[in-house]
Amino acid sequence: MNSFHGNKINPTRIHRSQLKYYLFLIALSAFMLLPIVFMFSQALKPINELFLYPPRFFVENPTLKNFLDLFNVTSVTVIPMTRFLFNSVVVTGCVVFLSITISAMAGFALSKLQFKSKKLIFEANVIALMFVPAAIAIPRYFIVDTLGLTDNLLGHIIPILAMPVGLFLIKQFVDQIPNELIQSASIDGATNFMIFRKIIIPVIMPAMATVAILAFQMAWNNTETSEIYMNNETLRTFAFYMTTLTGNLENRVAGQGIAAAAALIMFVPNLIIFIFMQSRVIDTMAHSGLK
Amino acid sequence: MKMTMSKNMRRELEALFFVWPFVLTFTLFIVIPVIVAIYLSFTYFNTVQAPEFIGLKNYVNLLTQDNVFMMYVLPNTFKFSLIVGPGGYILSFWLAWLLAQIPKRSRSVLTLIIYSPSMTAAVAMAVVWLVVFSGDAAGYLNSFLLSLGVINEPIQWTQSPHYLMYIMIAVTLWNSMGVGFLAMLAGILNINQEQYEAGYIDGIKNRLQEVWYITIPSMKPQMLFGAVMAVVGTFQAGDIGVQLSGANPTPQYSGQVIINHIQDYGFIRYDMGYASAVSVVLLIIVYGLSKICWRLFAEKD
Repeated sequence: MNSFHGNKINPTRIHRSQLKYYLFLIALSAFMLLPIVFMFSQALKPINELFLYPPRFFVENPTLKNFLDLFNVTSVTVIPMTRFLFNSVVVTGCVVFLSITISAMAGFALSKLQFKSKKLIFEANVIALMFVPAAIAIPRYFIVDTLGLTDNLLGHIIPILAMPVGLFLIKQFVDQIPNELIQSASIDGATNFMIFRKIIIPVIMPAMATVAILAFQMAWNNTETSEIYMNNETLRTFAFYMTTLTGNLENRVAGQGIAAAAALIMFVPNLIIFIFMQSRVIDTMAHSGLK
Repeated sequence: MKMTMSKNMRRELEALFFVWPFVLTFTLFIVIPVIVAIYLSFTYFNTVQAPEFIGLKNYVNLLTQDNVFMMYVLPNTFKFSLIVGPGGYILSFWLAWLLAQIPKRSRSVLTLIIYSPSMTAAVAMAVVWLVVFSGDAAGYLNSFLLSLGVINEPIQWTQSPHYLMYIMIAVTLWNSMGVGFLAMLAGILNINQEQYEAGYIDGIKNRLQEVWYITIPSMKPQMLFGAVMAVVGTFQAGDIGVQLSGANPTPQYSGQVIINHIQDYGFIRYDMGYASAVSVVLLIIVYGLSKICWRLFAEKD
């Protein structure tokens, strides 16, 4: 007979009965991991291994030469690679900071304050969850152009600040905070701004961390703003620079190692941030439900 | 009376202080572009001259004149979305469910691995895919299949109208365990244990029944969130074909999906009015499909 305790969800310790799940999961994760392992392997390959026939998956004599080449090759051309990296770091930093700030502020207001357009804003935002940004790249360009944000680092930042998913996740999280807590603070004379800073922010840290990750991925991986809004090459980002490395890659074996090194620089920050924030993300996602 | 007015006003202003930065950016870069796209879809606009109002002509042309759209783009989009959307969604749920069966420590590691493809930028992964699917004998897939004797000569994977679509689907499924997957994992983990106990007392016999009668109904809101994210992600992901083949249009339109069609008309042919009409159709499709998911998973009060 199937007893309940034999099939426990979220178990506290490893048990023999979990073996079948492990088998599936490990096989699938190994498969998922292949391209990423390949990226690491490729980035560390010396030139003779890149040219090897038949090609070998794993690197034999790892070297950092591809990374050095990445820095050197591009410093020969007009714009050093570090310039793109610098742009990316500045842009991503600003997007993460500003978008979590505006999402947290709006999330607090939509959840705990009473005002006229509250319902309208929340519903518009839920509809915007179903929104495909790539569909409106054209009119967005006209607006960015009208506002004078083309050929301006702000053009990477301002157009992507409003994140419907970010506001949604934070608002759902603020909903969990009991209203009594806010009322009593209000009776004690706290202004809304003090309540926001002293009560709300500390409690919604997990949600803000989650939105920070999503904002980071969006900004760091973004090529569209460089492609469409920036004619001045010195203002383009590292993600865009990557696309120039992958062009015609199949026929340039020597470029493959350099491109893989750049891909790794794109990937690793995402990985590190998620490792540190994972448990907070799962906490936040528990409240992500749409009703 | 005057007192309450000013009190109301103050309350509005205070709320406004918190919402204005979001509302402003949201309006400027999401609401207005959608309105402009709808307006442009009724015009002929080549970016040089001012938009000229032509009524429904773009939509009529889309439905009656655009052979590429009817013969390639629509069937491709349909095929791609039908496999990647539900496929990625079911895969996400299944993996999340499997992960919920093991203890936290090992779960964290495996979750990281399964989620990692989704956090990787498409441009970064292009490096891997282009080398793996490289068309000469030294390409990894070609070399592997040649050594097994499955094929006799190398295949131009990403340039081939026969294979491009399948490669696009495989690559997209591989990174479809995104935000929706995390939401569903959290949803499964947060279901009250007592509900399962009660379910088994009520006569649930196996784990499949348990998933169907307890797990899914208990996490409908997360299931819905995951579904909406899957719909949006699927229609957004179409760009991969252009990245793999390095060309828009893709070889013989084999990987051309609706997003590529918009870019083709908008940024290559500069027919912004027509591109906007296609955009509006895309937004309507995504909205409609999301609404269907809504019906499926709505909490019945």
